[in-house]
Amino acid sequence: MGVHAGVVFAFFYAPIGILIIFSFSGDRIVGQWGGFTLDWYREFWNNDQLTNSITVSLQVALIATVASVVLGTLSALALERFRFRGRRVFDALLYLPIIIPDVTMGIMMLVFFAEGIDVVDSLLGISLAKGITTITLSHIAFCISFVSVVVRARLSGMDSRLEEAAMDLYATRWQTFRYVTLPQILPGVAGGGLLALTLSLDDVVISQFTSGPGATTLPVYVFSLIRKGVTPMINSVSVVMFLASLVLIAAMLGVDRLRSTGSNVPSAVPRGDLSAEPAVGGHERGDT
Amino acid sequence: MTALTTRRVGIALVTVAALTAAACGGDDDTSAPAPAPAEEPAAEPADEPAPAPAEEPSGCAVGEVDGDLNLYNWSEYIDPDLKDAFAAEYGVAVNESNYDSNEAMQPIISAGNSGYDVIVPSDYMVSIMIESGDLMALDKAAIPNLANLSPEFASGLPYDPAGDYSVPYQWGTTGLAVDLAVAGDDVPETWGLVFDTDLAEQYGFVGATTLLNDPRETLGAALKYLGYSLNTTDEAQLDEAKQLVAEATERIAAFESDQYDELLATGQTALAHGYSGNFLVQFDEADDPDQYTYFVPEEGGTRWVDNMAVVIDAPHPCTAHTFINFILDAENGAALTNWNYYASPNAASEPLIDPEILEDPIVYPTDRSMLEFIADTGDFEINFSDAFIEAKG
Amino acid sequence: MSVSEIATGDADEQHTVAAATPAFEAAAARAAARRGLFMALPAYVYLVIFFAAPFAIVVIYSFATRTRTGGISLSGWNLDSYQRLGEQIVRDVLWRSLGLAILTTLICLLVAYPFAYYMTIVSTTARNVMLVMVMIPFWTNFLVRNYAWRLLLSSGGPLSSVTEAIGLGETDLLFTKTAVVIGLVYSFLPFMILPLYASIERIDHSLIEASRDLYANGAQTFRRVVLPLSMPGVIAGSILVFVPSLGAYVTPDILGGGKEVLLGSYIVTQFGTARNFPFGASLSVVLMVVMLTATVAYFRQGGRNL
Repeated sequence: MGVHAGVVFAFFYAPIGILIIFSFSGDRIVGQWGGFTLDWYREFWNNDQLTNSITVSLQVALIATVASVVLGTLSALALERFRFRGRRVFDALLYLPIIIPDVTMGIMMLVFFAEGIDVVDSLLGISLAKGITTITLSHIAFCISFVSVVVRARLSGMDSRLEEAAMDLYATRWQTFRYVTLPQILPGVAGGGLLALTLSLDDVVISQFTSGPGATTLPVYVFSLIRKGVTPMINSVSVVMFLASLVLIAAMLGVDRLRSTGSNVPSAVPRGDLSAEPAVGGHERGDT
Repeated sequence: MTALTTRRVGIALVTVAALTAAACGGDDDTSAPAPAPAEEPAAEPADEPAPAPAEEPSGCAVGEVDGDLNLYNWSEYIDPDLKDAFAAEYGVAVNESNYDSNEAMQPIISAGNSGYDVIVPSDYMVSIMIESGDLMALDKAAIPNLANLSPEFASGLPYDPAGDYSVPYQWGTTGLAVDLAVAGDDVPETWGLVFDTDLAEQYGFVGATTLLNDPRETLGAALKYLGYSLNTTDEAQLDEAKQLVAEATERIAAFESDQYDELLATGQTALAHGYSGNFLVQFDEADDPDQYTYFVPEEGGTRWVDNMAVVIDAPHPCTAHTFINFILDAENGAALTNWNYYASPNAASEPLIDPEILEDPIVYPTDRSMLEFIADTGDFEINFSDAFIEAKG
Repeated sequence: MSVSEIATGDADEQHTVAAATPAFEAAAARAAARRGLFMALPAYVYLVIFFAAPFAIVVIYSFATRTRTGGISLSGWNLDSYQRLGEQIVRDVLWRSLGLAILTTLICLLVAYPFAYYMTIVSTTARNVMLVMVMIPFWTNFLVRNYAWRLLLSSGGPLSSVTEAIGLGETDLLFTKTAVVIGLVYSFLPFMILPLYASIERIDHSLIEASRDLYANGAQTFRRVVLPLSMPGVIAGSILVFVPSLGAYVTPDILGGGKEVLLGSYIVTQFGTARNFPFGASLSVVLMVVMLTATVAYFRQGGRNL
C-alpha cells in the first residue's frame, strides 16, 4: 500500500516537476529548453497586473474558505443530527451548487449581481460595484456545499452517544461541541476546508463572470493569457505558490508538534474516548 | 410541517423571481418599483431606454477626464508603456482586465453594471452589441484624431458603416501556417491542405494539423474552399461544409484556438489554422524564421478588425473618449503596432511604423479582394454552432 | 434525568429515553427541531439569497426565446428549448459524457481507496503531511497543470521516453481519449481521496481486529467490515468526482483536442459561440434535475445499506 501511495504521489507531482523545470527555461515556449534563467521570476515580480491578481485570489480564497467552513459545518451538523422544518429542501438546495455546470452558475451570478446592484441602488441609494466582494460571495455559495458533503460523510453513522454522555456529565453545549464533537469531525472539517480553498483558488469561470475592473483573480488572468501564449512566467507563479504553500504547511506542522508535545491533554482525551468506545450505535440509524 | 416550509421557500423564490423578472424588462404588471434598466435591451427595444439615452453624445470636451480608466481588453494587446503614458498625461489610473473571446466579454457587458469604460470587440461583435444596445454612441467631437484613420477604416465598414459606435484598433487575417521543414518549399496555398485527403497525405499533414475550435472560422474555411461566402445562410452549402469538416476531423490532431502556434513551433504539428499576428510573433522567436510561412489560401479567408468602443453604462465616458483619442494619435498608434505586430488602421502612424512590419505582406496583405469579414447571421448562428458540433460527432 | 437534559438531548435520544413520557418526547422533539433549524439557518439563508435566487434566473431563461442577436426575450414564453433536448445530437453527447464520467469515477475510486486507507494507518503527522501533499499540486494553476500534462503525454515527451526505455516502444497519447481520462482522473482524484479518508479514518479499528479474531481473512474483513463502514465516503467521493467529470470541458479540449463534443463543452458552446442562452439554460436545468434526483436516491440507497 505504501508503494501504491508512492505511485499516486508520483502521478500527482509529475506535472508539477515539469512546471518547475520549465519555469527556469530561457525559451518562451513551455516545453522547449532554452538554458537556465531567472528572467521569468523577474518578469513575474514586475508585472503589476499579475501580482495584483494573486493578492485578489488569496483574499477571496481565504475569506471564502473560512466562511464556507463555518456555514458548511453547521449545516452538516444540523442535517445529520436534527430533524427540522425544511430539512429536505435544504438538503436538496445544498447539492445544487455541486451539480450546476460552471458556466451556468457564472452566467446566473453575473445577471444576479448586475440586477442586484440596480435594486440596491434604487431601494437604498447605495451604489455598489462588482469586484472582490461579488467574487467572494459567489465562491462561498459553492464552497458551502463541498464542505458540507465532506463533513457529513464524516458525521454520518458517527456515534452521537458520546455527546449525550458529555452532556450527562454536565458539560455545557459549547464544551460538548468543543471537546467531543469537534475533535471527532475535525478530519472532515479540515478536508472540507482544504477542498474549499482549492476550489476557490482554482476557479476561473465563475470568477470571470463576477469580477469587475481591477479585481481579477489569478486563474482569470492566466486564462486570458492563453491566446497569446502561456509563457514560463506563469510557471514561475505556480512554483512560487507551490513553495509558499510548502512553507506554510511546514510552519503549521511545526506549531502542531510544539503544541502536542507541550500539552496533549485537550486533544488526546476525546480521541482516546473515541477509540475506546465501539462505534456501533451509528449504523442502525440509517437515514434520518 | 415540511410541506409548509417548502411552500414558504417556494413563496420566497417566487418573490425573488418576480423581482428579477420585473428587473428584466418590466413587462409584467407587478406593482414593485420596477428598477429602470432593461436587462438585455435587445429583448425589449420598445422599452424606455434605461441607463443613458443611447443617441445623445456624451458632451465631453477634448482631453476631458472624469475618473480612472477601466479598460477591458484582449490580453497582451496594448503596450504597457502606452498605458503608463496615458496615466501620466491625464493623471488617472488605468485598470486593465482581460478576456479571451468576444463571447466571454459580451454577456458581461450586456448584463450591465460591468464597471468597464472601454472594450475592444471584433467586427461582428460590434454589430451585435450595437443592436443589443450595449454601446454608447461616440461623441466624435471629443475624438479629433479620428481624422488620422485611413479612409478604408474611417467609414464604410460593414459592421458599423458610419463609425458611430466603434473605432478600429488593430486588424489582421485568419489563415494557415506551415512548417516547411516537414512539407517542403512548394506547398500550394490552398485550403485543400486541410480538406483534401490526397494533399494532406502528400505533404505529411495527417495527424499533424490543428484547426481553430470556432464554428465560424473553421466552417468558414470549408465554405471558402467550396467557393461559397463564409456568411452563407444557405443550409445546403453549410451542409457541404459540415461534411468536409467531419472528414477533416479524422485527419487532424486537434481543434485548438489558443496554443496552435506553440504546437507548430514545437514540431507537434506541421499545419496550423490561426490568426496572423500570433504566428508572426512565434516565427520571429524561432531559431530559423524561414522554416515557417503563413498565408491566406487563394480561395479566400477571414479578415477581422478589433475596435475600441465605449460601454453604454461606462462610469467614466469622458476618460473613455480621451483614451480612444489618445490611441488614435499617430505616435501612439505606431507604438501599438510596433509592439504587437498587428496591422494599424491609422494612416498617420504609417511613417512611424517599423518598415519591416509595414512591408510584411503577412501583416499588410496587398491583395484584399479575397478577404471577407465574418458577419453576424442572426438566427442562423445556431445552424453554424450545431453544424460544427455535428461535424465533430 | 432532568427535564432540561431531555430537552437538550438530540433527535436520537428521544425515542430511547423519553418514550415513557409523551409530553417530554414532544418537548424534546420541538427543541431539537428548533436547534437544528437554528444551526442550518445561516447557510440556508445564504444559499437562498446567493444561489436559489440567481438560479431562478436560469429557470426563467430556459423558457425564454433567443433574440436575433443572442439576447433574451421574455415576452414569448415557450418550451422550445426543452423540446430540443430530444434531438439525436443531444443524446449522443449525453451518452458519450456519461461513459467518460463513469469510467473516471471508477478509476478514481480504485486508485483513491488504497491510498486513503493507507493514510489512516500511518502516524498522525504522516497523515497530515499526506493530506496536504494531496492538495498542494492543486494550488498551482489548473490551466498550467493541463498544459504540463500536454507536455508529459506528447510524442517524444517524458512518458514516451519512459515507455521506450522499458521496451514498450514510443507512445503518443496526446489528443486521444486515454489522455482525456488521465487528465480527468488527475483533476478529480483529491475529491475522491478526501471524503474517503474522512470516512475510513472514522472506522473503529477494534472492529477490524474483532473481525480478524473471528478468523476473517483480509479480503473478508475488507468486504464485510471496512467497505460497508466507509460507504458514506465512497458515495460522497463518487458524487464529487462524477459530477464535475460530466461537466468538464477544459481538460477534454486541451488533452483530447476537442474532437469529441462532451456535455460540458456543449453547454459552454450554448452560452458562448451559439449565444443561445435559453437552450444552455434548459440543458443545465434538466441536467441538474436528473443529477439531483440521482444523488438523493444514491444517498438514500447508501444510507439503507449501512
